[in-house]
Amino acid sequence: MGQVTFLDAIKQAMQEEMERDPTVVLIGEDVGVYGGAFKTSEGLLAKFGWERVIDTPISESAIVGAACGMSYLGLRPIAEMQFIDFIVCAFNQITNFVAKGHYLWDAPAPIVIRGPAGGGVHGGPFHSANPEMYFVHTPGLKVIYPSTPYDAKGLLKAAIRDNNPVLFFEHKFLYRRIKEEIPEDDYVVPIGKAAVRREGKHLTIVSYAAMMHTALEAADELAKSGIEAEVIDLRTLAPLDSDTIVESVKKTNRCLVVHEDTKTGGIAGEIAAILCERAFGHLDGPLMRVTALDTPVPYAPTLEEYFLPNKEKVVHAARELAKY
Amino acid sequence: MAADVVMPQMGESIFEGTITKWLKKLGDKVERDEPLFEISTDKVDAEIPSPSAGVLKEIKVSEGQTVPINTVVAVIDAAGAAAAAPAPTPAKAAPAPAPVPVPVAAAPAPKPQIVPPPTPQPVAVAPAASATKEAARVHSSPLVRRMAKEHGIDLTTVPGTGSGGRVSKQDIEAAISGSAAPAAVSASAAAASAAQRVAPPPPPVAPAPLAGGGGPAAHGTQYVPALQIGVPRERIYHGDYEVEPLSNMRQKIAEHMVASKHVSPHVYSVDEIDMTKVAALRAKSKDEFEKSYGTKLTFMPFFVKAVVAGLRAFPPLNSSLDGTNVVRHKEINIGIAVALDWGLIVPVIKNADEKNILGIQRTMNDLADRARTKKLKPEEVQEGTFSITNPGVFGGLFGMPVISQPNVGILGLGAIEKRPVVINDSIAIRSMCYVTLSYDHRVVDGAIAHQFLHKVKETLENWSEPLV
Repeated sequence: MGQVTFLDAIKQAMQEEMERDPTVVLIGEDVGVYGGAFKTSEGLLAKFGWERVIDTPISESAIVGAACGMSYLGLRPIAEMQFIDFIVCAFNQITNFVAKGHYLWDAPAPIVIRGPAGGGVHGGPFHSANPEMYFVHTPGLKVIYPSTPYDAKGLLKAAIRDNNPVLFFEHKFLYRRIKEEIPEDDYVVPIGKAAVRREGKHLTIVSYAAMMHTALEAADELAKSGIEAEVIDLRTLAPLDSDTIVESVKKTNRCLVVHEDTKTGGIAGEIAAILCERAFGHLDGPLMRVTALDTPVPYAPTLEEYFLPNKEKVVHAARELAKY
Repeated sequence: MAADVVMPQMGESIFEGTITKWLKKLGDKVERDEPLFEISTDKVDAEIPSPSAGVLKEIKVSEGQTVPINTVVAVIDAAGAAAAAPAPTPAKAAPAPAPVPVPVAAAPAPKPQIVPPPTPQPVAVAPAASATKEAARVHSSPLVRRMAKEHGIDLTTVPGTGSGGRVSKQDIEAAISGSAAPAAVSASAAAASAAQRVAPPPPPVAPAPLAGGGGPAAHGTQYVPALQIGVPRERIYHGDYEVEPLSNMRQKIAEHMVASKHVSPHVYSVDEIDMTKVAALRAKSKDEFEKSYGTKLTFMPFFVKAVVAGLRAFPPLNSSLDGTNVVRHKEINIGIAVALDWGLIVPVIKNADEKNILGIQRTMNDLADRARTKKLKPEEVQEGTFSITNPGVFGGLFGMPVISQPNVGILGLGAIEKRPVVINDSIAIRSMCYVTLSYDHRVVDGAIAHQFLHKVKETLENWSEPLV
């Protein structure tokens, strides 16, 4: 099929699923005529018509509320947040209705809520958020945050086919920056399964989304001085594939978590707790974290650079951990 | 939960402390780190903060008593803090009964009696369990402890190469396999900071017998006391900070200084020298000197000459200690500390006793210039027999220098300043300078040190030597 960008992978997944299943619809701001703020739905309106590609007013709460209602009535809506920052406008709909419907009324809500997330593109405090942990903390939701076009397509398809509500975060830094060959055949990537991106024996670096690439670059750098880092790409944050993490740390005995989300309440803390519960006797060093700072995402490029994790910070922390 | 409060160790070689005052009463609520009591030791007086929050439940050592360190002096009930913040005051008495009228002057007030002060009871020193346990604890990790247990290895016997001397996975693996080779990561991580882990300075005792391979097996990289940290590592990293590696030169300085302080019991003697005569001579001749010889005339050559005179008169200061032998140097080679932007180096004026003021000044300038341009040869920083350092150049009144090994003495020069001094019962303005002699008390005693200082003083105050 040739080289496919992350963005095209998203579009392909939506288009193929809409072709495959007539109950799949897309709803969001500017997803129709405009083709999406990042052109992830370009051409879908012409292909599937107004009834399946629905432009909405600027109200995330309305979008999710409508999608929730649709799902109760047998549709499989994909609700797009133009920027994931504004997902919090729909927080009540998501956490009180979407997430609880199945538990309260046995009403499956096969919704996918997706949108561009993440920083590093000078988007400032309102267009760079990583709000995944609000939803990881909410029982009843699945949360996916892929790092490669292959995974993005396979996981988005799996999400659309899943009978649970799934939050699907797309890192906008990756949209056009990475490309890869992906198969033409229909495939899905299982939700809840992490991937070992690189094998190593001296420490485990757990990461996801854009930071997974940073972790891999850091691992290359570390290898030059003889430190072999194993890099795990979580891909799904809820349900978390703790088995893969625990297994790796039992081998390497040291764990560094790298995420672009801010530090306090980030997934690293959860992983630390899991390792304490399940692999305490295998730890040969403290769990270390390289994360964004506990502040809003700054506008100024220099400050944003300071705020975000990068290769140097990861290498530094990994060296500290390796020699601990 | 109750927490014991122990008498802290306020410094090395302090083994007991006296409680001078309790700052909290029984039943008082106390916050963590809030001052709890005051102590006095033979070195310091200090307020001791509470190790935890809670209610002061028990005071075991009363004011005025002296107890060994780690003795439990109080108990803090942490649960008390959570359960009932207000101290265990007696339940509020219900409507107080009508006050009983106090019989006025019914009996004369008891006379204050002279009570013998309570004899300090030897406090039953409950072996401070937590403290001793802490001391025996080896810095390791859950993994290492598990592996040690599985293989029946006593962790205290395993040398640690991890940060702060921690026993790491590699160390325990080496101990299990009996191999001395550290595993890859340890070596590679160490490579990143290779210089941190060079062998420690030679032992301060008699020359080690030449180990014909029969010595204790070198266990991988060794932990360098010079770079030891005094607190758990995590306490170093807080707030905003940057980390940069300690330069090689600073590592060497660190090793040398720690080794010197470790090896030599330093004693410091201070004297004051009237430099008026030398200052006048210098002021008078410095322009001419510079014109004739192309080099500035500083005070340093005068001090070098005076030190030479002192060393000639008191040779023990121009020696080195080698185990049970004292090596008396026949040459007088004076090391001069040169401050660099990136550290400090001590080039040596060889045979300083054979040079006049001009010769010393020239040699010194040459060495200092080349030190600053990194062009010194290794032998030019070796074979010093005594050193001079000049903190006064930066305005210091006087300093307490650390001996540059293997010397047994170093002279620190203070700033030369005009001060009012008493001469023949009148006050005069003189150019005065404090000098400090640090000396190794193993080789040199105070009598000799002060006589040496006096010789230096006398030489400078009665300067008579020509400059060339």
